[in-house]
Amino acid sequence: MLEVKNIDVFYGDVQVIWDVAFEVRKGEVVALIGANGAGKSTTLKTISGILRPKKGEVIFEGEPINKVEPYKLIEKGIALCPEARRLFVEMTVEENLDMGSLRGEAKKQRQNTKEMVFELFPRLSERRRQLAGTLSGGEQQMVAVGRGLMSLPKLLMFDEPSLGLAPILVREIFSVIKRIRQEGTTVLIVEQNTKQTLAIADRAYVLETGKITLEGTGQALLNDEHVKKAYLGV
Amino acid sequence: MTSVAIEVFLQTLIAGLLLGGLYALIGLGMTLIMGVMKIINLAHGELMMVGMYIAYWMFVLFNIDPYLSVFIATPILFFLGIALQKFLINPVLKVEAILPENQVILTVGIGMVLANLATIFFTSDYRSTPVSYATNAFYLSDYWKASPIELSLSVPWSVSFILAVIITISLWFFLARTDTGKSIRATAQDTDAALLMGVNVKLMRVVTFGIGSGLVGAAGCLFLPIYYLFPSLGGQFTLIAFVITILGGLGSTIGAIIGGLILGVFESMTATYIGMGWAPVGRFVIFVVCLIFLPGGVASLLKRKKLGK
Repeated sequence: MLEVKNIDVFYGDVQVIWDVAFEVRKGEVVALIGANGAGKSTTLKTISGILRPKKGEVIFEGEPINKVEPYKLIEKGIALCPEARRLFVEMTVEENLDMGSLRGEAKKQRQNTKEMVFELFPRLSERRRQLAGTLSGGEQQMVAVGRGLMSLPKLLMFDEPSLGLAPILVREIFSVIKRIRQEGTTVLIVEQNTKQTLAIADRAYVLETGKITLEGTGQALLNDEHVKKAYLGV
Repeated sequence: MTSVAIEVFLQTLIAGLLLGGLYALIGLGMTLIMGVMKIINLAHGELMMVGMYIAYWMFVLFNIDPYLSVFIATPILFFLGIALQKFLINPVLKVEAILPENQVILTVGIGMVLANLATIFFTSDYRSTPVSYATNAFYLSDYWKASPIELSLSVPWSVSFILAVIITISLWFFLARTDTGKSIRATAQDTDAALLMGVNVKLMRVVTFGIGSGLVGAAGCLFLPIYYLFPSLGGQFTLIAFVITILGGLGSTIGAIIGGLILGVFESMTATYIGMGWAPVGRFVIFVVCLIFLPGGVASLLKRKKLGK
């Protein structure tokens, strides 16, 4: 479904991604794990078109997308729940959800999808007219996930969904991600919360200083000596 | 207080509110552009001047009432704004300059060119539009015979104010209810996130500049029956819009409306109780006081209330 083919990405003159290649198959949950500054978020930003690779290609459903205008990607079926949520804080919960469904089929289905999101997160239904900036961190993350779902994505990408959340909420978010996958959406997730991420991932890649150093199934990586030592602290 | 003093006070307050409604419309255009583009458009007043000349010539040549010219000047200014944004401001935005202020300087230049073109073509003569209702007024005693005090309401001022309110409400409706309006607000709040949601951010910038220009063009038509017109009047209105934008809180539409009303009333009070010539001084006083005591403007007060802090 998604193929990242040997991309190099730069911030100005500084290269941060070196020859990274991986793929996500339909129906999978794939994780990118790694330390701070390893290039995980940069990789997601490149897939979503905010950054451009200097070398290599990003291919989605057989079509190269690394030259497509970033605002057109959501209509092709790629959505990103960005790092730190990036909600529109001075808009209501409902308006934030509307923003996820501006185009095409998603716009036609807006009311239905919204009902589905409210069913997934009943708390948001109660607060639909509240400004997003006034919500708690956990509720904001629910809005971010909901906003991503509103576009009826084929591939939903999460950038650090557990960032800054209490453990109980982290568990809730991961169980939602599992549910999203069960309903047929492919998931690409970037996380520092290695243990829980590998537990729900079909396959995972380890990024270290901009290069992929390891890959395997979630289970295999959980048992890998290097991963254990470097990321799980055991 | 004697009844005369009450009369003077109320009359001043009414005049201030009427002026403030028009100021709000001028400020709204600037604050919208500020919110989405993060730049102050210092050609704002000159765009209003262009709107006023359009309405003026429509009246002189075709005898079209300035209020009807709103429907002519607003679309012309909308497209003028789009052209300015697309062909002049956008290319400068793309250049990675040392000074991000370059775009602001560019808008100063655009303002100068517009003002001087107007001088070349229309001379620097002061003009006013002799509409038939220019001096008409409503009197309170005509409607309420036993009224203890007498108040008057100028017809053109009232009509201008009402139209300004209608335009403001339509704008609010557009921003709050339509997808395009929401996209503009989203772009102002978080450009990258808007891009991820499928908002064509570049298009929104162009459209916003067009809307901001269209609004101030409409304001120009509303000002024409009550104000005189000359090519260099823009600077003064750019300043007014700037003060309102600061007073309201950068980029806040509701703030600009309240800021416009505050400035209108304050200027009107200054003119009545201190002296006509002091109104511009009042403008600066309120500007400085706001920067010192309320740097976030009215919007920061509203936000505090909403967030319960």
